[in-house]
Amino acid sequence: MLLRHPPFALLIGILTVLAGLPLLGLPNTALNFLFFVLVIALAGQGWNLAGGYGGQFSFGHAAFFGVGAYTTAILQVRYGVNAWLGFGAGIALGSFVGFVIGSLSFRAGLRGSYFALVTLAFAEVLRILANAAPITGGAAGILIKLDVAPANFQFASRAVFFWIALALVGAVLILNRMIEQRRFGAYLVAIRENEAAARALGVNVLAVKLQAISLSAAITAAAGALYAQYFLYLDAAIAFGPWISVEALLAAIIGGAGTVLGPLLGAGLLHGLGEITKLAAGRVPGIDLVVYGIVLILVVAFAPRGVIGLFTKGDKGGEPTSHG
Amino acid sequence: MAEPMLQVKNLTKRFGGLTAVNDASFSVEAGSITGLIGPNGAGKTTAFTMISGFTVPSAGEVLYEGRSILGQPPETLAKLGLARTFQIVQPFAGLSVRENIAVGAYLRHPARDAAMAEADRVAALVGLAGEADKSASALTVAGRKRLELARALATGPRLLLLDEVLAGLNPSEIRDIIPVLQKVRAAGVTILMIEHVMQAVMSLCERVVVIAEGKLIAEGAPEQVVREPRVIEAYLGQGAAERLARGESHG
Repeated sequence: MLLRHPPFALLIGILTVLAGLPLLGLPNTALNFLFFVLVIALAGQGWNLAGGYGGQFSFGHAAFFGVGAYTTAILQVRYGVNAWLGFGAGIALGSFVGFVIGSLSFRAGLRGSYFALVTLAFAEVLRILANAAPITGGAAGILIKLDVAPANFQFASRAVFFWIALALVGAVLILNRMIEQRRFGAYLVAIRENEAAARALGVNVLAVKLQAISLSAAITAAAGALYAQYFLYLDAAIAFGPWISVEALLAAIIGGAGTVLGPLLGAGLLHGLGEITKLAAGRVPGIDLVVYGIVLILVVAFAPRGVIGLFTKGDKGGEPTSHG
Repeated sequence: MAEPMLQVKNLTKRFGGLTAVNDASFSVEAGSITGLIGPNGAGKTTAFTMISGFTVPSAGEVLYEGRSILGQPPETLAKLGLARTFQIVQPFAGLSVRENIAVGAYLRHPARDAAMAEADRVAALVGLAGEADKSASALTVAGRKRLELARALATGPRLLLLDEVLAGLNPSEIRDIIPVLQKVRAAGVTILMIEHVMQAVMSLCERVVVIAEGKLIAEGAPEQVVREPRVIEAYLGQGAAERLARGESHG
């Protein structure tokens, strides 16, 4: 119960503990890893809003991740826009692309696997376009000039990036928790459970889905923009490749789709286990992917409601039933 | 008499070669409980889906409080005060009973606390107060039927379309729910109900509309309607009315 619907105090507590990690004097490789987990968690949080709560299973969140990443990079490199403004523009444009893809597919009445396939197709089209268009640097990719200064959204310390990523993840955790307690959240879950019944109760299904996909896309675009600022390099396969679509949905599903903490937990678990295996097994290529696959099979077989579902047996979800 | 709450005029629905509802006209008076009965496959549920905006009629007109509602989607109709239940209950399985009802209550109570309070009020009205914290999927059939009713009620309807809310209930469960429907009507909600349980129709409805093979074949007070030869024949086959009448006179 506590994990499924964590009180704000617990969320703040988790964030505070995580924020202390860089102070332990971790090496840069560890901070790299933690930052990467947070980016995946953020992308997963985006997916979770539309997919986990709203039941709209997207297989193409790479579209939003890539738009966020490329917008940030292109505005800086080609138009000399300030990095922070570029970051904001990336989120806004990502959200808009979410709205457009949502409008096209939801208005056409696409649901379930059809929606998944269409989103995959959109992401793939964007990947191919990004691979060919001059403005994205084509197959060579795009490089953001290294110019370490806070004004450029570039920091010498890995810890600062970690804290920024954590702040974003934390903000979405709180936002998610607030949505759960509001009409929007109740409507999302109602749509996931039964669209016809929701409509009969006065839920404007199209409007709620469009709000959800726009917000979902904005969050995943933020992950993309953050990725671009950190690695300062993008190509089409990184930004729009299916890998990030899969990472986003796996993080949420493994952790617990439709739960506040699911994506963070899922991202940490998957990559944590992968990393530990790599360390333990030494130089066996691809061993982390094997672990990845095994975790996936175990979760699907034994925890269909994700890892959080394991701790909340019998509680079928939704909101805590007391009024507070 | 004031204008009818609902007027259905020449309603027709064709699915390819099949005419499910054929030129049916009837009306529902404000404040009444009107029964919509007929044999299986008569087109009752199809008529409901058209009135509630889930399907568009092939022809005809539906007036709600004197205004045409043709082509309005269900969510708009719900805002106008027209709610429906589903014959096959459709609970939000992942939510508790209270949350299920709150989804309906949010329509008129956007704030969470108000919606939850309204959900509790409606749960008490339909006799689900003790089960508000249960998961909807843990309810019995009778409980799910009540939940279906409660969710629709929580939207604050003026006209409630009930599609077989008593089907699948045992006689004592039916006896329990009849007073609930009477309370709902007493609260000012007009009810149009599809029902096969004649015990309930006779005790609840002041008017009954009978359709068979998509056509309206009778309407009037329930005691009258069930004596009409055409109604008896629709249920029991051609010549049945005559045979029954002969049987009666022979003693």
